[in-house]
Formats: sequence, C-alpha cells, structure tokens
Amino acid sequence: MNIPSSITTLLIGIAITAASFWYGQNHGLMPVEASAEAPLVDGLFDLMMTIGTGLFLIVQGAIIYAAIKFRRKPGDDTDGPYIEGNIPLEILWTSIPAVIVLGIAVYSFEVYTSMGGLNPMDHSVAHHHTAPTVATAPGAAIAAPLSTAPSLDPKGAIADVSEVDGIPGTPTTLPEMTIETTALQYAWLFTYPDSGVVAGELHVPVGTRVHLKINANDVLHAFWVPEYRLKQDAIPGQTTELTFTPNRTGEYPVICAELCGPYHGAMKSVVVAQTPTEFNAWLDSQKVASSDVDGAAIALSPTAKPATAQTPDEFLAPFVHQMGFTPEMAHQLHSQHGAIAKS
Amino acid sequence: MTQVIQEETGQAPILGHTPESKRNWRKYFTFSTDHKVIGIQYLVSSFFFYLVGGALATAIRTELATPDVDFVSREVYNGLFTVHATVMIFLWIVPAATGAFGNYLIPLLIGARDMAFPKLNAVAFWMIPPGGILLLCSFFVGAPGAGWTSYPPLSLVVNKPGEAIWILSVLLLGTSSILGAVNFLVTLLKMRAPGMTLNKMPLFCWAMLATSALILLSTPVLAGALILLAFDLIVGTAFFNPVGGGNPIVYQHMFWFYSHPAVYIMILPIFGLISEILPVHARKPIFGYKAIAYSSLAISFLGLIVWAHHMFTSGTPPWLRMFFMINTMIIAVPTGIKIWSWLATLWGGKLRLNSALLFGMGFLSMFVIGGISGVMLAAVPFDIHVHDTYFVVAHLHYVLFGGSVFGLYAATYHWFPKMSGRMANETLGRIHFALTFIGFNLAFLPMHKLGLEGMNRRIAEYDPKFATLNFVCTVGTYILAVSTFPFLFNMVWSIYKGVRAPSNPWSGLTFEWLTTSPPPVENFEVDPVLTIGPYEYGTEEAKEVVAAGPVLAMVASGLAKA
Repeated sequence: MNIPSSITTLLIGIAITAASFWYGQNHGLMPVEASAEAPLVDGLFDLMMTIGTGLFLIVQGAIIYAAIKFRRKPGDDTDGPYIEGNIPLEILWTSIPAVIVLGIAVYSFEVYTSMGGLNPMDHSVAHHHTAPTVATAPGAAIAAPLSTAPSLDPKGAIADVSEVDGIPGTPTTLPEMTIETTALQYAWLFTYPDSGVVAGELHVPVGTRVHLKINANDVLHAFWVPEYRLKQDAIPGQTTELTFTPNRTGEYPVICAELCGPYHGAMKSVVVAQTPTEFNAWLDSQKVASSDVDGAAIALSPTAKPATAQTPDEFLAPFVHQMGFTPEMAHQLHSQHGAIAKS
Repeated sequence: MTQVIQEETGQAPILGHTPESKRNWRKYFTFSTDHKVIGIQYLVSSFFFYLVGGALATAIRTELATPDVDFVSREVYNGLFTVHATVMIFLWIVPAATGAFGNYLIPLLIGARDMAFPKLNAVAFWMIPPGGILLLCSFFVGAPGAGWTSYPPLSLVVNKPGEAIWILSVLLLGTSSILGAVNFLVTLLKMRAPGMTLNKMPLFCWAMLATSALILLSTPVLAGALILLAFDLIVGTAFFNPVGGGNPIVYQHMFWFYSHPAVYIMILPIFGLISEILPVHARKPIFGYKAIAYSSLAISFLGLIVWAHHMFTSGTPPWLRMFFMINTMIIAVPTGIKIWSWLATLWGGKLRLNSALLFGMGFLSMFVIGGISGVMLAAVPFDIHVHDTYFVVAHLHYVLFGGSVFGLYAATYHWFPKMSGRMANETLGRIHFALTFIGFNLAFLPMHKLGLEGMNRRIAEYDPKFATLNFVCTVGTYILAVSTFPFLFNMVWSIYKGVRAPSNPWSGLTFEWLTTSPPPVENFEVDPVLTIGPYEYGTEEAKEVVAAGPVLAMVASGLAKA
C-alpha cells in the first residue's frame, strides 16, 4: 500500500521535473536575441519558466485530482476527516518557496549586475542623473511640442557629453559610442554627437557598447527594443541612460512603451544593427544630409502631422533627393574632409 | 462592547421563517443604515459598474481584433481603457470585495447586530453612485486619456476636463473606501461576540482587518497625489509638471504607494472569502488557520513596501530597484502559504462541487498563474523587458479577474441563499463557470506571449504579426461577455422563483448560517455566543450545531451560562 503510493509519487515528481525542465528550455516565447544582454535575461526567464511550470503542474494537478478523487458521493452527507493542520508540512511549504524566491532574487541580482545595471562607472542600464544643460530646456517644449529641440544642437551635445561622460575607464575592451536620444510626440530622434548626425532611425554597429542618453521633450515615453530585452523611460526634465551591446545585424523595432498620447501605438522606429563598415558608410551618408537640412527639418517639423509620425529620416529624404545628393557623393565629401567616424 | 449575553429565551426564531412581508425593494434605494441593505446596495451597484466596465472591455477588444484603428478613434480608445481600469478597480472590485461582502458579512460573522458606525457606513456607500456616474459622464466632455495611472505630464495635457472629472471621481471613491475601512476596523476590534477572540475569528475577518489597515495607511497618499495633480491641472502649479520644475517621478511614487497596496486591497478580502467557502464545501476544517490568518497581515505589511516595482524602468536608482525586487519576491511566501493551505483543505475532503466551490477552485487555479507571473515580474532584468507590455496586462488580469472576480462569483453563489432567502440555480451556475473559465483563459493566456514578443500595452494599433493571437483574445472576451448573461438571469430569476433557502443550506458553522435566511433586522433574535470554532467540520459538535439550526444561538447562550 505504502510502497506503491510512494513510488507513484516519485514517478509523478520525476515526470513533473522533466516536463518543467523541458518546457523551461523549449517554451519559444521570446523573440530573437540581438544584444549581448538578451541571453542573460533569457537565462533568467528560462529558469523562472522552469520553476513556474513545475509549480503550475503541481497546483493544477492537485486541483484536478481533488476535483475527481474527492468529490462527494451522492447521498454521503458526512464530513471529511478532521485535520486542522500539520506543522512540519507548513514549515516545509513556507521554507521551500522562501528559498526559491531568494534564489531567484540572487540570480536576478547577478544578471542585473552583469548587464551593467549596478555599476554607475559602467554607464549602468539604470543609472540616471539630471544633466543640468539639458534639464532646463526640454520641459519648455510642452507648451509647443516639436517646435524646439534644444538638445539637438550638435555642438552643445558634444560638449555636454565630454563633460558628463569623462569616465572612459570602463573595464570593457569593446568600443563605445554614445547616442543622444530624444523622445517626442510621436517620434524618436537619435543624435550622434561626434558627427552631429540626427536620424529618426537608430543605426548602431554590432559589437559596440552603445550608451543612450535619453531625454523627452514633452511627456513620458519609453525606449524599448524587444530583441534587446531592454527598456528605459524617457522623462522630461531628466536624462536617463541605457546601455546595450548589439551583437546581431538586422532591423528591430524601437517601440514607445509608455503611454504618450493618442498616437502612442504609432510611435515606432527601428534600430538598424550593422557591421561597423556598413555603419560608418551610413554615418557618412547622413553627415552631409544632416548638416545641410537639419535646421530646415526642425523648423518645419511642426507642420508635419503627428498622425504620419514621420521620422526625420523620412522627412529629409525628399530634400536630399531634390538637392541631387547621392550616398556616393556624401562619401566622397566625407573622405575629403578626412574625418573618420569613431569606431 | 455592546454585546450582552441574553439569558432570557424570548421567542425562538422558527426554522425557515423569513420576514418576507417586510422585504421591500424600495429600501435598497434609501439611506438605510442596515449593514445587510448596505452590503447588497454595494454588491448590486458595483455589479452594475462591472457590466459597464465589461462593456468598455468588449469595445477595447473589438478595436484590437484587427491591427488597424477601425472601430473607435485613438482618443476614444485611450478613454476606453482609462475608464475601463478605473471602473473595474474603484467601482467594482474594491467596493464589491470590501464594501459588499465586508458590510454584509462582518457583523454576521462576528455575531454583531450591525456595524459600529451605521450612518457612516451609509455615507460611505452613497459616495459610490455619484463617483461612478461622474466618471462615466466624462465621456461627454472627452474621457481622461492618460490611463488609470494618470502619469503627468501626459495627464496634464490631454483631455483636461475629463482628467479633472477623473480626479474628482477617484477622490470621492477613495474617501468612501477610507470611511468603510474605519468602520470595519472598529467593528472587528470592538464588536465580536463573547468568546470570539481574535484567534477564533473567521478568516474573512482577519483578511478584512489586514485590508482595512492597508486602506487607512495608503489611500490618503493617493488622495494627496491626486489633489496635487489637480492643482497642476487646474491652477497651473508645478508639483509634477516639468515645465515649472516639477518632478513627474514623485507622482509615480505617490500613486503607487497607494496603487500597489490597492492590489492587496482587492485580493486580501477575496482570500478571506475563499477561506470561508472552501472548508464549508470541502467539509473539512481549514488547513492551518493561524498560518492563513497571519499571512494576511504579512501580505498587508509587505504590500506597503513594494510599490516601486512598478517603476523599474522609470527614474529609480539601481539599488532601489534591488530593494523593491527582494521585497516583492518575499510576498510570494505568505501568498504561497495560503495557496498550499487551501489545497490541503481540499485534499481528502468530501467536495460538494457546486457553483460556489467550482468558482473557488477556479480562483485557486487562475490565481496561481497570476502569482507565478508576478514573481517573474518582480525580477528586475526580466521586468525591464516586459514592463508596460501585454505580459503585464495578462498578469494583472489573472490576479484581478482570475483572482478577485472568480472569488467574488464564488462568494456570490455561496452567500446568495443567505442574502436572498432563495437558492440559486445550479445548472446555470455551472454553465456560467464553464463559460467564464474558457472565455477568461482564451482572452488572457495568449497575452503573455504577445507581451514577451513585443506588443506594448495601451495601443489602439499594433504590428500585424500579432493579429492571430489578438483575435483569439477578442473571441475570448466575447465569450466572457456572454458568460455574464446566465449569471444575471440566474440571479434575477432565483430571487423571485428560486427554491426557498433553508437557514443553513451548506451546513456551515459560522454565525451567519445560524440565523434565518435572510437574517432579520439586527441579524440575530438572540445575540450569539461562540461555542464552536468556525471550521470544526468533521466533529460531533459540528453535526449538533448544524442540526440545531437557528435555534442554536439561544442554546449556545444557555451553554455559555452553564
């Protein structure tokens, strides 16, 4: 009697464990991993899925088993056994979950640290500070959204970055790059301080630690790339930061994840992860376009309907064509100046 | 202490005697101070708002059936989900869980004649209808479009009149909640029947003790936040408005200082209800009474120090994120204790699988899923990925619908005979359960995957690659909408045509089953005295108490005297 039931329990336990481990590894719920941070997050998620699946199977199994096995027989009006509790059992089911959640907490802490979350020297995922030069201006844009974009001034941006960012002594050997990110209703603007290029799409070279310094011009927004597993709110009046290392070329969506108005769902852009060579070529092609039409673009942007949510890139494209610019020309121009994009 | 042991026998209440002649529907529209009338007023009016919120949800899902914006405008869509959330939280779950069942059950469970402050009680209720109607009227001037969280600066720039109405409405409803909480605390601490020490209270009373404390500590902070927000909105101050140097993050802290505890305000009473329902229908004592009772207090306390887990991607420093992550995860321990205890209560019992227990077990099953995804969301690195996505939408609906609403349905079926004096129809109840269970899982399970794959929340349009799963969600929502019809029909039909309920149809041991169905004004012919614990099923005494019926209260007082 006892031996078969304990064998059954053991077998069920093994089956649940096996099913949990299998599902934890094969759930297929996450999108592609396109950054160095993504596998860390996915590892944590897989672990939690494994534990969660086990718990799910145990609890649901117990409920269904009870509903079948312990249902009252017709005509049986007696009560069940008088069992008020079982202290050792209660201690067990208090301490095991406690150990499990503490384990998950420690693991999460580890993951967060290795993503650079806790080390401000490392341009943490989370670290934010109020940047004085920026803080004074963006709020003013609420009154007239889109009409002012002070942080877009390339020279100011470069000066700002070199001041605030003067801690290059990071332990990593990867090349680094800082990109000023501005969120506004309903578009993203990415400014490359070293070259002054402003784009509506985020182009990044793979294998580079990319620091985003994020500002909002009007209301709260949030920068999210699902394939990078990273998200950071953009807050008017404050600069927030996000660091990631793209490691897979391709185009991935940039999504605004914080409600920012009626066209919140349309506030999208893309991150284009390229090889460093492709990236430099793109940057060169943009430099010309950006420096010439930048002012016009910003001055004109209030007329652009938010509905279309045009990125400056889309906006600029016709101008560039009218002027007869081709990427080749831009490249030539660039090489004449002898400027080499920071790699 | 107003409780007096009445020694004279008086006229014994006769089994099955209901003051039918006195039942007058008009009293439900008056400023009644009878806690049972107020409880039913809360229940019916909050259920009305549940139907309104459900209609809004159906409109939302209709819009989301296809990737394009084709059903309502984007502005209206934002109003729909803002009002949907506000209605479901402030006008359905909070008033139904605390107001309706708290008011109806607490005096009955502790053997009191009414609440400590009956007039305050009525005042608290009568703030709900104006608050609710006010909120719904905001659609006439442009509904608030900043989400139920109303984060500034967005809440300060879109649909200002609607936003002002929203603030006023939530302030009213919050005040109502505070008044109710004071009443519950005093009633629970001061008006228990002789012999009922704190450790012999029914578990719903423990849950309401923890809930009321939480309401009193956290709701005033929400009021503060909303008043400051109203100043920013109407007067043009800059507490939260960055244009004038305000800090929008401060609002988020103040808002979540209430609104995370609000989650526990919405689930702790349900935990209490489930702890009452399971033992009665499993015919077994509740497993681990003290563990369940004290874990409510632990959840209540921990619930106050986890609010910033809603702000992991916001402007919070990293060390703070770690602090809130660990606190949040620890809440899984007391919650887990409850779930295991309920499972152990069911285990080996003689389950009466009626509508009440089906919803009770459905609650257990669905809430566990919400609990598991809750622990996942507490992990900062993972939360950074899924914050503000459909994963969170799925999680919160598993907790608030799979948890609270399933629990409220279970409680409605369980206490319907007591409230109305009639039995509800079992067949309709089971159809209702099946439809709700299927519809709910179809509507919300796919949302986990949507969120993980990159669908953000609060959007009227989405990437076409999410179309299939969204369509499934919409179908599930329609099934859910349909599922309310058998329930509504059952309730209305049973009130008039249902089989007359005996005083103790479920053979329960708590005081409410020891008086008539429905209970007379002031509840008990003779003030009851605790002679048997609330969950002593499986004992000889329990059989005697059940057999004695409503006369027991008197017998009990005789026993206590002896």
